[in-house]
Amino acid sequence: MPGKLKAKIVAGRHLPVMDRASDLTDAFVEVKFGNTTFKTDVYPKSLNPQWNSEWFKFEVDDEDLQDEPLQITVLDHDTYSANDAIGKVYIDIDPLLSSEAATVISGWFPIYDTIHGIRGEINVLVKVDLFNDLNRFRQSSCGVKFFCTTSIPRCYRAAMVHGFVEELVVNEDPEYQWIDRIRTPRASNEARQRLISLMSGELQRKIGLKVLEMGGNAVVGYLQCFDLEGESGLVVRAIGTACTLEKLSNSSAAAPPACNSPSKDIKEPPFSEDPNPNTHSSGPSTPLKTQTYSFSPSKSYSRQSSSSDTDLSLTPKTGMGSGGSAGKEGGPLKTLLRQQTQSALEQREFPFFTLTSFPPGFLIHVGGVVSARSVKLLDRIHNPDEPETRDAWWEEIRQEIKSHARALGCHAVVGYSESTSICEEVCILSASGTAAVLHPKFMQEGCLDGYSDPSRLSRQPATFSAGSEKGEFDIFPQSKDSSAALGLEEPSPPSCGFCHIPYDELNIPFPAHLTYCYHCRRQKVPDVLFTTIDMPAEAAVTGKGCLIQARLCRLKKKAQGEVNATAISNLLPFMEYELHTQLMNKLKLRGMNALFGLRIQISVGENMLVGLASATAVYLTALPTPGGIQIAGKTPSDITYEQHISNMQKKINDTIAKNKELYEVNPPEVIEEVIGSPIPEPRQRSRLFRSHSESSDEVSELDLSHGKKDAFVLEIDDTDAVEDIHSLLTDTPAPAGFYSCNTEIMPGIYNWTSGLQMFTSVRVFRLSNANLTNQGLNKIFNDLCENLLKSLYFKLRSMIPCCLCHLNFTVAVPEDELIQVAVTAVAMTFDKDQAQENWKLGADKTHMKAIVENEEQLQFPLELCTESPSTNPFSPCRGTGLQESANAHATPRAASVDYSSFADRWSSWIELIRLKAQTIRRGSIKTTSSLEKASPLPEGRSRSLRSTRSYAGSTVAVVKMTPLSFIPGTRIIKYLGIINMFFIRETTSLREEGGVSGFLHAFIAEVFAMVRAHVAALGGNAVVSYSMKECVFMENPNKNQAQCLINVSGDAVIFMRESELEATPAPPQTSCSGGEVTT
Amino acid sequence: MSMELDVFVGNTMLLDEEVYKLWLDGYTVGDAVRLRLEGGVLQECEASEEVLHSDTMDQFRTFQMCERFLHCPSKLANQLLFQIPPHRQAMLIERYYMFDSGFARELLGKKLSKGTKKDLDDVSAKTGITLKSCRRQFDNFKRVFKAVEELKGPLVENIQHHFLLSDRLARDYAAVVFFANSRFETGKRKLQYLSFQDFAFCARQLISYWTVGSVDSMLEGMDVDLEKEFLHDLKDLKILITDKDMLDQHKSLVCAALRGKIKVFNEMEGNFKNLSRALVNIAVKLTHTKDVRDLFIDLVEKFIEPCRSDRWAVGDIRLFLTHYTSTAHKLDTFRHLVIWDRYMGVVKSCILKMYHD
Repeated sequence: MPGKLKAKIVAGRHLPVMDRASDLTDAFVEVKFGNTTFKTDVYPKSLNPQWNSEWFKFEVDDEDLQDEPLQITVLDHDTYSANDAIGKVYIDIDPLLSSEAATVISGWFPIYDTIHGIRGEINVLVKVDLFNDLNRFRQSSCGVKFFCTTSIPRCYRAAMVHGFVEELVVNEDPEYQWIDRIRTPRASNEARQRLISLMSGELQRKIGLKVLEMGGNAVVGYLQCFDLEGESGLVVRAIGTACTLEKLSNSSAAAPPACNSPSKDIKEPPFSEDPNPNTHSSGPSTPLKTQTYSFSPSKSYSRQSSSSDTDLSLTPKTGMGSGGSAGKEGGPLKTLLRQQTQSALEQREFPFFTLTSFPPGFLIHVGGVVSARSVKLLDRIHNPDEPETRDAWWEEIRQEIKSHARALGCHAVVGYSESTSICEEVCILSASGTAAVLHPKFMQEGCLDGYSDPSRLSRQPATFSAGSEKGEFDIFPQSKDSSAALGLEEPSPPSCGFCHIPYDELNIPFPAHLTYCYHCRRQKVPDVLFTTIDMPAEAAVTGKGCLIQARLCRLKKKAQGEVNATAISNLLPFMEYELHTQLMNKLKLRGMNALFGLRIQISVGENMLVGLASATAVYLTALPTPGGIQIAGKTPSDITYEQHISNMQKKINDTIAKNKELYEVNPPEVIEEVIGSPIPEPRQRSRLFRSHSESSDEVSELDLSHGKKDAFVLEIDDTDAVEDIHSLLTDTPAPAGFYSCNTEIMPGIYNWTSGLQMFTSVRVFRLSNANLTNQGLNKIFNDLCENLLKSLYFKLRSMIPCCLCHLNFTVAVPEDELIQVAVTAVAMTFDKDQAQENWKLGADKTHMKAIVENEEQLQFPLELCTESPSTNPFSPCRGTGLQESANAHATPRAASVDYSSFADRWSSWIELIRLKAQTIRRGSIKTTSSLEKASPLPEGRSRSLRSTRSYAGSTVAVVKMTPLSFIPGTRIIKYLGIINMFFIRETTSLREEGGVSGFLHAFIAEVFAMVRAHVAALGGNAVVSYSMKECVFMENPNKNQAQCLINVSGDAVIFMRESELEATPAPPQTSCSGGEVTT
Repeated sequence: MSMELDVFVGNTMLLDEEVYKLWLDGYTVGDAVRLRLEGGVLQECEASEEVLHSDTMDQFRTFQMCERFLHCPSKLANQLLFQIPPHRQAMLIERYYMFDSGFARELLGKKLSKGTKKDLDDVSAKTGITLKSCRRQFDNFKRVFKAVEELKGPLVENIQHHFLLSDRLARDYAAVVFFANSRFETGKRKLQYLSFQDFAFCARQLISYWTVGSVDSMLEGMDVDLEKEFLHDLKDLKILITDKDMLDQHKSLVCAALRGKIKVFNEMEGNFKNLSRALVNIAVKLTHTKDVRDLFIDLVEKFIEPCRSDRWAVGDIRLFLTHYTSTAHKLDTFRHLVIWDRYMGVVKSCILKMYHD
């Protein structure tokens, strides 16, 4: 009985009229928690009742505190008949359970009814008294903090990152219970809302327990989803990254550099050379040092927690990938390393991280995107009420991801996420992430073990500590050709290190074209890099980035059961392949060479599959200039045909040139080299390849082709290809003054001002044409997305110059002939004029700051380096099983079907595979210049504090919402807890409410209102990392009915404007960095 | 094949003032899109008509959802559904309550009843304002009227307090409420040349000087009604025309003062008694509600028209009225100077305002 929950009902306002006769309402309130209910007195005849109730006290145990929401029901008293419900408020009291979050919930909450929407507001006060001391309390998982943010939250530093946590709970869906036939829709909706609220609470508690077991105190990158399976149940599942977070010292406010640049905080260090470089140099060195790495006390926890001692090394996370590589490696060292890693791997079940941006120094190399999909039949679940079957499904997928990563020479997967798409009894499970090599310094105790064995050192992945986002320099230079070189090499600069290949170039897992890094010239890089993470803050970029989308529809026959599942399984590989091709083409068309934040969604409907891939393209300075796109026909003899082709070629070339100008992609090198003309002349090539050729021989041919510049060749031997090209060219660029990306921030834009507009837009398109072809469908879908973007640009034109960030598209096929697209994003203004100068100025500052921080921050890493230096960390991995994976990719294989489940997983993506481009080495690059550019300079951004509109006069507290983890020009000083809300809205008078659009518009506005009210009641003024994870819309126009379910989440925070902060004693950035480091 | 559903919702309400205006003006989405196209929105930002249509629909829907809060503007600041920055809230309210003076002119002095509302289609046809907009404006009039009708204290402040309007707009509403309450006749053909602003000016004069509130300065009483006592006392002014000596004396004083100063001296001299009788008679009749309603028509028929036919210039009228008022102080036996000044001050301002083509 660890807690006493207290609630007080203060007043209501704007209540609806419940008594027609008097035009008034006799309202009272029921307050319920668990099985205990209290009531207020009836406040007669008023629309603005003042109950001013006593404190209702609930004595409850901790499990309930975590699972149950506080339920507040407002009713209208009726002497003669049953009391009518006006509406409800569910309050999640979890934020009150953590000492660092909110202490009281107090404010006006919208009274919500699933049939009528918001009906007035109620003022409530809620507190929790914990009887037991904190320690005791911690035995339950109360107090574990949850963050949706996929980076280390500002104002915290990660003492240790323990690794992947997941959990899944199942229940019967109330909507499918027999009783649903006799109860009202309202009762049914409320049962569902209540159940999901309970399940989320339970899920969070269970995950919390796992985190405690691992020795952590927080979950970062918490991603919770619902699967409405229908008859077989309702699943709530979540994944996240367990960490031990430490609050930055008091100065916290001051401490973390402003939120503006996501990257700012700690990450800045990029420029400075890594302190760590030494690492390499030293040999396998002494095991002892290990301790140094571990950042902190936290280590110890983790150990305990780790399930098996044997595993020890990295309890939480381990690196995985190295497995296969050993044989290939040159030195014995490597082998050792490899073994070590491997063992670590085995211990750690899934070295996955849901984070998308990392503390500096954490991410060493990025291998590429890995993904897996699997088709399952829900009606084959033996024991639908138990989670085992689903657990096994996900387990399979994760294993697959893990093996893909290993094939890429990587031991970890970052930017990891999971999703499902369900249609009737078929369910597609998907997971994707980015294979990566992480810095050993962040590993935790696992290291200890490792140390004892000298060989292991460098490699252990495990936990890392660290501040904010990602940083990546790698500390280890990869030796150019041979591992031997190691010690001598200088560390690669942070701005390009992550691009360097983690695999062994002699055993490339797939036909990629490698060149020496254009930035440091020391190590090999691929010609194109695809990732699911945010761009590391310190990455060197040329020009600006842009949003790229690949869109695809595929018809399929209606079918049932296994036949259906098999059909879907068979289609999936082709869809992935095409999406990939489209992405690659569009990337080339923009003259860029890397994708960040790649998210591929494939949704299943009765008679079609819809695929949507979104990513932010950039030109990484370290990677080679992409070649152009060349078109070739199969039958060159025909003159008109040739002409047609050359026209098309010209168009493409023009587009590329235009895009380069638009996005300011002018890699310096190009100038120097004659050869470098980005657009290959068509005739140069004698041969054409279809870029995506599947057979490996073709690939080899590719390499043979021309020496200099490579081009990406499209063969238009069939109508499909023509269509493809057309669709390539129909992507209209954003209007002047607009930029867009689906990552946190736009590469190349640094001085954000404070204009901020978060929005959600939903469109549903009805296909009425019965005989659609794939092409027709593609065009419709393509237009749907394009028009949606155009609409957004148009609506937000008053904010120009502005950037749409975190453009997050979700597609669904809710019914036979419907395609639904939902977008949530934020438009942020930036200062165009100052862009350049500020940037430079900022750069210097940042630079300095970065250094400072670096020093402090890296303190221990330094030590570490000395010790561990030895191995080339990477090399060991390199050799790995790439080969196999490569093959796997090359040919999509049909899904293997076993009885109960159709697993189709071929899908892992090793993105690099398909590139056929050939790169040439460029002349020398000026490193210095690129270095300067490398840092995104958060400072610059933070500087520009434009005063936002002052909302001073308004009586309702302003709450900002953003899908990003920061708000420009401000600093987050406190995290108040996670917001995770689920609402159902239903109507039986659709026409009267303005049709489907009116209905959904009102509902979304209501959801925003409820989120804001909850945040305000917690004392917050913003929601960061906001996302709408689910928007399930169903209608029945004939019956004048519609229903919609929405699930949103985010982190409630208090932020302060930087200008205000500066006024306060706490010195801004420098001081902070000082404070935080101590551990 | 069609867009089944299309919505856009911002955390902060996103609105385009131009579109808001089109909505207020009562256009359908289709017409609004056409007008926007003609207005050249697309030139400033490349977009298709489709995009424009979707944007217009969205905003119209938003405004519609917002409308119930606008009916009670103080709720707008308290509601949680839409997050709207205060200056935007003020804009929304102000624009919502703004009315076309042409429309207001038509309704001035009419009873704000259901019957009047039914006849709005005539008003719409006459003024070219859409029926929908007419209804909104009518409802606004009625809403404001009902809210302040029974309230004590200064009318303008009451309106401002309840509806959060700007000073200027609140004053205009005060005029509307005042006219609707006293039901002044403004519809006669002879009054057609007068604009809403002319009447609004007169209303302000009446409110400022002739109502209960004007005497008791803000404290109590109501601005909506003319002070009964004052109207009653106006009877006493009758002596100015019934007492022959006084009338003659008054005339000579005025003539002395104006000689050589106005062009229409002769006409004035010849007409003095008629003019004076007209003005005083209007005052005397004001005890009857019916005659109060005819105040403006009387001023025009009895005073303004004769002057106009004699081609008085505005300056001449000003001089005449000034001296006509002031010389009464020199009449030995005239004792009702306070009432006289209170009456003539307002009448003079009104006549001067109304004296134009």
